[in-house]
Amino acid sequence: MIKYKSLLPIIYIIFLMLPIYWLINMSFKTTNEILGVFSLWPLEFTLENYRTIFTDPTWYNGYFNSIIYVAMNTVISVTVALPAAYAFSRYNFLGDKHLFFWLLTNRMAPAAVFALPFFQLYSSVGLFDTHIAVALAHCLFNIPLAVWILEGFMSGVPKELDETAFLDGYSFSRFFGKIFIPTIASGIGVTMFFTFMYSWVELLLAKTLTSVAAKPIAATMTRTASASGYELGLLAAAGALTIIPGALVIYFVRNHIAKGFALGRV
Amino acid sequence: MINKTTNQKAWLFVIPVIVLVAFNALIPLMTVVNYSVQDTFGNNLFFWEGTKWFEEVLSSPRFHQSFMRQMAFTGTILLIEIPLGIAVALAMPRKGPWVSVCLILMALPLLIPWNVVGAMWNIFALPDIGLLGYSLNAIGIDYNFTQGPIAAWITTVMMDVWHWTSLVVLLAYAGLVSIPDAYYQAAKIDGASNWAVFWRIQLPKMKRVLTIAILLRFMDSFNIYTEPFVLTGGGPGNTTTFLSIDLVKIALGQFDLGHAGAMSLIYFFIVLLVSWVFYTLMMRNET
Repeated sequence: MIKYKSLLPIIYIIFLMLPIYWLINMSFKTTNEILGVFSLWPLEFTLENYRTIFTDPTWYNGYFNSIIYVAMNTVISVTVALPAAYAFSRYNFLGDKHLFFWLLTNRMAPAAVFALPFFQLYSSVGLFDTHIAVALAHCLFNIPLAVWILEGFMSGVPKELDETAFLDGYSFSRFFGKIFIPTIASGIGVTMFFTFMYSWVELLLAKTLTSVAAKPIAATMTRTASASGYELGLLAAAGALTIIPGALVIYFVRNHIAKGFALGRV
Repeated sequence: MINKTTNQKAWLFVIPVIVLVAFNALIPLMTVVNYSVQDTFGNNLFFWEGTKWFEEVLSSPRFHQSFMRQMAFTGTILLIEIPLGIAVALAMPRKGPWVSVCLILMALPLLIPWNVVGAMWNIFALPDIGLLGYSLNAIGIDYNFTQGPIAAWITTVMMDVWHWTSLVVLLAYAGLVSIPDAYYQAAKIDGASNWAVFWRIQLPKMKRVLTIAILLRFMDSFNIYTEPFVLTGGGPGNTTTFLSIDLVKIALGQFDLGHAGAMSLIYFFIVLLVSWVFYTLMMRNET
């Protein structure tokens, strides 16, 4: 019975791994081999595709650009979301429910709606093609998400914690920094994971707001694919490398990830 | 539930969030509203058009078709992903070293950039060089997603199932592990069947997380752009042109700003309306 039951997750994971395996398989092939013969593993194993990416600045700068704006976005989103989530989880104030829903509506907005206006807005303030432009633009959906998740985690912390600290003579800022933030550390970690994730995977806005200096790796891939015909091996290697940062951050939050997806409310 | 105290100073804590989000949300939204009620002949000369663009969008067969395709797509993926996600979560181990392995491997597709997902599925499904396409043709199934509308449709749905079912699995799993053992012991004493345990204990306990799952999957699949754009380019013909792809074609391809502006607002309004219904349901569950 137990063996029979575990078949479903195994089949599901195999289904998930097949396209990833195929991508990695192709990244070790030459373009000629990809187009010439069909084989389940590389016949002429080559690292040439990876060598090109690690030595050509137009390729590896794409990775740096992506990581820079993703990191900026994560820091900005979590920093401003922390006090706001605290306010939502602890206090009633005028218009709080409407404000919370308004924030969430921005998580619901189709990015395609904002592509052109974002281009005009960030060009007019002189931020076009900078990392901070993408980092700020991604705040549109990441700040609401961060507030939502953090509020969930903070609501799980009993209010007696705050009250005892204040009775003990802690000032608000000391309480927040010394007691409260360490208490919800895992929640902050999970929130950072989610803001990282959504900023890392988004491309439409990141591509619209950059041209050369801050171009993300994912956009480099699309342009190279169209410019130099079918450099499939190179494309596959670049794609395979974009999986690594995600895999690393999942590893760090693996024990909290399920709770995080439930927005900290299970 | 926490007993909240009323304190208007809490607004101060929220101001940075409001400033940043408003900058990104209100200015672009006003730009869209501006476009949607005006027409231009270039040179930055705009003319007031009232509701002309809205009437045009709402009566255009093209919009109806993309809208129906979008509904069909979102409906299909929800019908597959939600039951499949629940089934996988139920069958997952609850403790032991395999839990981490499962969670990490399952979360992997969620962290791959969306255009890489599209590109990966493209080379996975191509009939000449892709594992899926080649295998299907080798066993005698005529499959070419770049030409056959049905194959293109199935491939897009499969890609989305591949990409997002794990989100449902993780949410459902989080709900399941929060059920205390005592519930199961009580069910065992009563001699309840697995089926009864599922309907009476597990499903009710997962209700909240499943509402979040449906809400997130609805929002994200309704806004889907990059993955199908890279996989099929909206083709063959228009068969996989969903709302966002159509909108970008009109706005950036044809530069038909009035039409695109009006369509944006109608589109946004539909997403908001449905999300609001789910959100209200979710909040009602909470209290």
